[in-house]
This record gives sequence, C-alpha cells and structure tokens, in this order.
Amino acid sequence: MSILIIAEHDNKSLKPATLNAVTAATQIDSEVHLLVAGFECQTVVEQAAQVSGVTKVMVADNAVYEHQLAENVSKLVVEIASGYGHILAPATTTGKNTLPRVAALLDVAQLSDVIKVESPDTFVRPIYAGNAIATVKSTDTVKVMTVRATGFDAASAQGGNAEREVLSQVIASDRSRFVKEQLAESDRPELTAAGVIISGGRGMGNGDNFKLLEGVADKLGAAVGASRAAVDAGFVPNDLQVGQTGKTVAPDLYIAVGISGAIQHLAGMKDSKIIVAINKDEEAPIFQVADYGLVADLFEAVPELEKSL
Amino acid sequence: MKILVSVKRVIDYNVKVRVKADHTEVDLTNVKMSMNPFCEIAVEEAIRLKEKGVASEVVVVSVGSKTCHETLRTALALGADRAIQVDAEDGLDSLSVAKLLAKVAQEESADLIIMGKQAIDSDNNQTGQMVAALLDYPQATFASEVVIENGEAQVTREIDGGLQTLSITLPAVVTTDLRLNEPRFASLPNIMKAKKKPLDVKTPADLGVEIGSNVSIVSVTPPPQRAGGIKVGSVAELVDKLKNEAKVVS
Repeated sequence: MSILIIAEHDNKSLKPATLNAVTAATQIDSEVHLLVAGFECQTVVEQAAQVSGVTKVMVADNAVYEHQLAENVSKLVVEIASGYGHILAPATTTGKNTLPRVAALLDVAQLSDVIKVESPDTFVRPIYAGNAIATVKSTDTVKVMTVRATGFDAASAQGGNAEREVLSQVIASDRSRFVKEQLAESDRPELTAAGVIISGGRGMGNGDNFKLLEGVADKLGAAVGASRAAVDAGFVPNDLQVGQTGKTVAPDLYIAVGISGAIQHLAGMKDSKIIVAINKDEEAPIFQVADYGLVADLFEAVPELEKSL
Repeated sequence: MKILVSVKRVIDYNVKVRVKADHTEVDLTNVKMSMNPFCEIAVEEAIRLKEKGVASEVVVVSVGSKTCHETLRTALALGADRAIQVDAEDGLDSLSVAKLLAKVAQEESADLIIMGKQAIDSDNNQTGQMVAALLDYPQATFASEVVIENGEAQVTREIDGGLQTLSITLPAVVTTDLRLNEPRFASLPNIMKAKKKPLDVKTPADLGVEIGSNVSIVSVTPPPQRAGGIKVGSVAELVDKLKNEAKVVS
C-alpha cells in the first residue's frame, strides 16, 4: 500500500518539515506520494517532484486551496484517500489543523507527533510532554498520523524525479473564510529548521533585552526562541515559543538563556544535540540537561559571548 | 447563543510524571489531578462571552468516569450554568470522545463549541478538529482572540509563522491556545453555589454512540535521560568547549 503525505508549503516553497515526513514514509513503504494543495503553487510542485524518495506528486491548484483551510483540504484528501495505507502530514500547525478532520471523516484514529516507525503498524510517540514514550499499534485500515520533524532526518531535496498528476476536485467551504495573516518577518532561519537556536526565558526581564540574543544569533546564523514564561510575560510573540505547547526543536546547538528549565520547556528542546544553559541560579533544573552550564548574570555573559564568537 | 465547553480531568501540570515499573502506563495513583489548562482557558472564554451578553448559556461537558464531576463542578464554580457527564471509562480515544461530544452538541443545539487545543496527558491535539469534521462545522483552532458578530466568529489563530485570522460561520468549533485569556480563580461563594447547579449524567448508549478504537498501547516507557554535562567557569571556556570539544561552532 502506498503512502500519501500532505505537503507543507506556502504556495512559494516546500517547507522543510515535509522532508522529514518523507523519511518517515520511506521507512514504512517505498511508494510515497505528495499532495500539494494550494494556489499558484507550481514552484512547490517542482520542488516536491525532486525530493528523493517521492514517487508521485499530486497537485490541486485552485484559489479555494490558497490558505489551505482545513475544511477544504480535509475533504480533498478524503476524496483521494482510497488505496493508501497511510496518510501523513508534518506535525506543524497546518498539519495539526487539517489531519484530525481527515481521520474523523475516514472514521479512523489519528496518531499525533510520531517520532519513530517500528513497523508499518507500530509507531512511537511522546505523551505527557515527552515525560513518557508510548509505543502504539494500529489496526485501522488506513493509518493517519502527524510526524514530528525532529524524529526523522530530512530526505534529500534533490535527486528525485516524481511522476505528476493534476487533481481537478474543487472543494470550497462557504462557512470558513480567510481574513488576514500577520507573519513574523525575519531574515533568521525558522525555529523548527534552524541548526542553532538561542532562547530566552523569564530571566530576560523584558522584550527589549531579547536584542542581546539577536546579537549572538546574527553571529551564529541562529534562530531566536523563547520559553512559555517569556511568552506569557509578553516579552515576545507566541510563535517563538519552544515547548510542550509551542514548537519542538532539535538543533545541533541550543543555548538557553535565563530559562529555568520547566518540564514543559524541556519537552520542546531536550533532543537538541548540544545544550548550553546560561543562568544565574545554579540550582535551575536546566543545568541537569545542559551539556555546558554557565552560572552567570546573562546581562554580562551574553554580550561577552557575542564578542567572543 | 448557547456555548458548549468540553473539559478534561488530567494529571496536574506541576506533577512529575512517572511511568509504571511494568511499562504499561503512566502511574496515576495518588497523583494530583486538575482541569486540563487549555480547557480552563476554554471555560474562561465562554464565561467572558456570557458576561458580555454575547452568550445566553454555558454548558460544560466531560467524558469520563465519575471522578470528572470534580472537574465539572470547578467549571460550574467558574461560571458555567450546567454540566453534563458522559459516563465512560477514563482515557477513551479521541475519536470516540469526539463522537460523544458531537452528539451532545447536536442535542444541545450549541451555537459555539469551545475546547482546549490539546490535553496535556495524551498531547494529541485532535479532538476539536474531529468534532468539527463529524458535524461538518467550520473550525478555528489555536485561538488567541475570538470576536463574535452577526452569527460569525472572527478568530485570530496562533500558527507557526505568526498569526492568521479566519471568519467562520456559526455553529462552529474553536480550540484555545494559551494566550486567549487568563483564567480566573473560583471564589468560595461560587464554589458553594456550584454544588447546587444541575449536573446530568448520560451514557454513550443514551447518545447512540458506539465507542472503541483500533489503536492499542504496546508499551509506555520513560524517555531516555540526558547524561548530565559539566559547568564551565567563564564565557571563554564555554566558547572553547563549543569550538573544540562539541565542534558545533566554527
């Protein structure tokens, strides 16, 4: 049975989380199809067709899919679902929004945030903010699941030559309408795709002080993140949040600044390769997971770090 | 306008989670339980809409064993008008819960269903979306702002890249993100009053829903532990370690 993946994209480019989902899929079966539902999204189709391991790209290019509303895309997926043993989406806010509707319409379960494929019917996923790891087996005829990017290496964006198929279904909802979008504009890499992340917590004191982190981020080509405490305190917007209820990241280097290390934050970053903690409280739990801990006043240590890089 | 809010009783978010020694499940014996934090936000949002005169009634529902009465009473103390327990085993799968909630929403003719975006035990983030799909309602997940006007909900959503605003026609499902509001605490007089508010019990059979799942748990294990690292004495030592030992900085 082949596998269908809903591609993550913004009509201009294929998002990296799709590549991790492709790797998960190739561990289940060799016949991997990508669905690109969007509007004027031809460049995405070109990119999708080149992804190593993808055998077919299906494109539904219509204004009704421009904002990938869950109501429309879920019904489109259900229309083409027959013949697939697995339907996957990256565990991004787009995938999490749409895929449960697909599962419910197909009357099957959804497995969320899969981090490992044990076999075509058995998968591993974290529960309780990653404080427990569940291995689950599904006998549903079609297994619907979101894939956590940090659990799988990215498939190569090059080297594939997938067949293409144009879908003609136009499914619109007159009860859900896109109004506007305010996307954070930044030259820095996206949090979930960054190789280096520097995050601030409540210890930053205020939003202005995040500029200290930006200085280091510019030197390292890093993304800037934050703990829930910093978001709750209004220092920075929620899209910077790393943790159980925010983004899950696993960069090569994660620098936690003024973050105490609540379990909810650790849930989002403890799979990072190297963790550095800078905190003036030497009892802070973040030091228990840090490879390198520096007990210091961040307002002195961070500028010094920037200068020495 | 009638609002239906679902609440789930889960392990308190401050409790350290422990896995049972036989690796079958998480140990919940003698552990403090509370209302799921995202459900608290959902209850708060519904009560605020009632206080603004937008909603006329707030009904709160929970699917689970009798122990969830405690959670329902908490919601009543916060300001919900009445409660429904759907009597079922705890830890039911999301799709079964969604089917039960969808039936309750239909029976109640709810105009708006507000739910937490995820429960902090199973971390699924799917029940709200499933309820919407089963009822063929529009949805706005991960809400950070909800404005009700002329039979529509204008909802600002937290998405990976920033914020998105959707306009959805009622009846609809909204799931809450953490910045939607700051939930209040129940006052003692309201806790006393809540004991007298109506709490109905229904069964899945009453609702005509068959429950069951094709997903079984093979094992639940503790996560791999990170080996503790070292403390460095200075920024210079830190940079040296990152460059020459970890080789993550060039």
